[in-house]
Amino acid sequence: MKFAVIVFPGSNCDIDMYHAVKDELGCEVEYVWHDAGSLEGFDGILLPGGFSYGDYLRSGAIARFSNVMKEVVKAAEAGKPVLGVCNGFQILLEAGLLPGAMRRNESLKFICRPVELKVENNGTLFSAEYNEGEVITIPVAHGEGNYYCDDETLARLKGNNQIVFTYHGENPNGSLENIAGITNEKGNVLGMMPHPERAVDELLGGADGLKLFQSIVKQWREAHVVNA
Amino acid sequence: MSLMLEPSPEQLKSQKVYKEMGLSDEEFAMVEKILGRLPNYTEIGLFSVMWSEHCSYKNSKPVLKKFPTTGDKVLQGPGEGAGIVDIGDEQAVVFKIESHNHPSAIEPYQGAATGVGGIIRDVFSMGARPVALLNSLRFGELDTPRVRYLFEEVVAGIAGYGNCIGIPTVGGEIQFDASYEGNPLVNAMCVGLIDHKDIKKGQAHGVGNTVMYVGAKTGRDGIHGATFASEELTDQSEENRPAVQVGDPFMEKLLLEACLELVQSDALVGIQDMGAAGLTSSSAEMASKAGSGIEMNLDLVPQREKGMTAYEMMLSESQERMLIVVKKGREQEIVDLFSKYDLEAVSIGHVTDDKQLRLIHQSEVVADVPADALAEEAPVYHKPSAEPAYYREFQTMENDIPAVENYKETLMSLLQQPTIASKEWVYNQYDYMVRTNTVVAPGSDAAVIRIRGTRKGLAMTTDCNSRYMYLDPETGGKIAVAEAARNIICSGGEPLAITDNLNFGNPEKPEIFWQIEKSADGISEACKTLNTPVIGGNVSLYNETNGTAIYPTPVIGMVGLVQDIDDVTTQSFKEAGDLIYLLGETKPEFGGSELQKLTYKKIFGKAPELDLATEAEYQEKVLAAIRSGLVASAHDIAEGGLAVAVAESLFGKTQLGADIHLTGEATTQLFSESQSRFLISVKKENQHEFEKLTNAVLIGEVTAGNKLQAFVNNELVLEEQTDVLEKAWKGAIPTCLLK
Repeated sequence: MKFAVIVFPGSNCDIDMYHAVKDELGCEVEYVWHDAGSLEGFDGILLPGGFSYGDYLRSGAIARFSNVMKEVVKAAEAGKPVLGVCNGFQILLEAGLLPGAMRRNESLKFICRPVELKVENNGTLFSAEYNEGEVITIPVAHGEGNYYCDDETLARLKGNNQIVFTYHGENPNGSLENIAGITNEKGNVLGMMPHPERAVDELLGGADGLKLFQSIVKQWREAHVVNA
Repeated sequence: MSLMLEPSPEQLKSQKVYKEMGLSDEEFAMVEKILGRLPNYTEIGLFSVMWSEHCSYKNSKPVLKKFPTTGDKVLQGPGEGAGIVDIGDEQAVVFKIESHNHPSAIEPYQGAATGVGGIIRDVFSMGARPVALLNSLRFGELDTPRVRYLFEEVVAGIAGYGNCIGIPTVGGEIQFDASYEGNPLVNAMCVGLIDHKDIKKGQAHGVGNTVMYVGAKTGRDGIHGATFASEELTDQSEENRPAVQVGDPFMEKLLLEACLELVQSDALVGIQDMGAAGLTSSSAEMASKAGSGIEMNLDLVPQREKGMTAYEMMLSESQERMLIVVKKGREQEIVDLFSKYDLEAVSIGHVTDDKQLRLIHQSEVVADVPADALAEEAPVYHKPSAEPAYYREFQTMENDIPAVENYKETLMSLLQQPTIASKEWVYNQYDYMVRTNTVVAPGSDAAVIRIRGTRKGLAMTTDCNSRYMYLDPETGGKIAVAEAARNIICSGGEPLAITDNLNFGNPEKPEIFWQIEKSADGISEACKTLNTPVIGGNVSLYNETNGTAIYPTPVIGMVGLVQDIDDVTTQSFKEAGDLIYLLGETKPEFGGSELQKLTYKKIFGKAPELDLATEAEYQEKVLAAIRSGLVASAHDIAEGGLAVAVAESLFGKTQLGADIHLTGEATTQLFSESQSRFLISVKKENQHEFEKLTNAVLIGEVTAGNKLQAFVNNELVLEEQTDVLEKAWKGAIPTCLLK
């Protein structure tokens, strides 16, 4: 399975995502610059964290007009796994691939620390390796992670089991219903504020994020390596 | 239009306009002599910024000469953007610290942010990948709204820049004291990694080669910033807000990535940051260091505003700009490289052989001055020095042991002193994990990052106890270096070198100059004994508000090499049953201590003594024990003494406790700030081996009881639950800010 890490001007967790996939997962991975016209040959698309276009205007608001985003939309429509973390999540919201919007953290301050997450739905291609209800520790690092959507959207998210991760215990940013990560209706696009790519090595304090990447790879292999 | 408003050379002289720019009558006469004619307005502007203390070190040069700056591992000492130290395998570490005190005093967010941006550029202008940021901050007591505002905004500014550019802020230190009330200190340090083959210098070699301007456009911000940084702050300093630059970390992220791609190109000859004194310093220094000249056409400089004069362009300190020299004929490659990052690279001049810095604007030569005169020939002043009366008085005092009635309450109060209290409120605003190399996050003695693809790591810290420094600058200088080294050792690293940021008051006052000299003596001696040369740094003088100086604050930034990442050690106790040792002698030393400050609301007497030979011996032993795998935790005993160190080692591990048994005078045993002491925990099975290696004294055991108990002379004098202590320690700064 081959992953693309999309690099926007101002992305800064691209290297973290790249090494998580390459070093810890042992999969093929390449950086793809924001002006790329094709994502052919890639089986999974990763939108890393950072401050694309300085997050001037609004987080993710400019990045979504990048050339490569048309290709990301195509990949999502084709059912390929698309993961957006932090700024990547914000871009997916701005691009309309996921519902809802981000507000500034309730504290109005950037917050960086490990937080506990509850796995609400382990039936997605991103969470199958976790147990339902499992509590995992993954770091957050953001200033605008306060997820919001209207009642109707929330009801839909709940009805379709699109809420994959919620904050367990203290909510670091004030997000609606403690939401930390959601998928699209089809379940192949996940956006989350916490950084699973920062939790793949015990040396750095924990490896609870590794199962998320392993889930993606396992699901893909089960679907694609039938003929192998 | 504005050109017409500039005074003529004759008016400059007769109306002494140069004085407003910070030049003295004698200095103006020197300029006139160097040029053999009267300077024009632009030229005198060039001299005034280049001869400011900030750029020329004219008052501090005689002191800086004292520092040891060489060593087997030093690849680049002071004089370039940043110093470089070899760490083996053809790799090197690049680092430097720099102050942004005055800008932060009047515009704290942008002042702090651009301080971070500037030091990052110094590191990547050497060709290095910046991998970590640290800082050292000083504020007044958190009891006025103004100080709380400065504190919150400085932290937000550091976070805003570092988080956006994606370099982790992994460590630092903060102290609060009334002497910084009007003049906070904001010192930022950046650490980078480089392969030896990629090391670049800021030199303009090769006559005919092209001078290119890359990065952000030049605006009218920060004009005369370097001059402003070399004056005392007064009530009128608010008017200098236009001298503060505005940062754009997104622009710098692009510039960083573009420049790191550029250093791989053999078209590049030299590169230098446009930092303090912007285009002037970068062009004059690059020419001077190479023994060349530079001619630039200012009409070609990318400008943000219309109608900028030569004077304004040359003195602007607009951020996120670099000056580069490339081989003639290779310009288009550079333009293409930068356009990938949506950045401009513009040819604005060329290297000449006449050693002049010549500037052309609107087809006229507007400045023609020797580059060496700007960069190298600033006057050097040997300021008079006088031992202050307060120092003589303090030296005659006997050691005073503050009276303590309730040891538990005293410990609780100490843990809530903002200088000791948890800085979580601060570092949780910094992205300290980005780039996923942070092995030891903020909150332990030193931060540690791994070097990907190797077994190695880098330990790093900033340190300076300015109260000791005030009581006795020479001893204080030794302590600052020794404590920084102790922090590196406790983290499992071997100290490599230091960068220093000399923050002092007005050097024209003999008592202040004495503080500068004495602390430099102390720092130099400690650096020699501990084998940590000074590879670069920064001087920030005139830190005074309405005539009152800050405490002398020469901040030490130190980097150490962790040979094997398995050696990484933290201050936290690990498991119940582990044995607790104290290495080092405890004496009744309270001069400048937290307990003295708490008890008397002032400091007096002698600073704690420091014997460098003992310090070096203990450091060596502790590192040997760590490398032998015998140490579970190690912590430097600093502010607040042993009791605070034990409490800190328990925090973050809520279920643990400690029983400590001491003999002697209880206040001294618990709260003295005697130097060269280590608190170490060891697994029981390693007891024998550890005791063979060091002469540390067994003082207790880690328990499962969630309770700290201290016995002195077999009597229980202090007992409190760990979580109660931790809550007080963590809550102190947020509580101060809510007032």
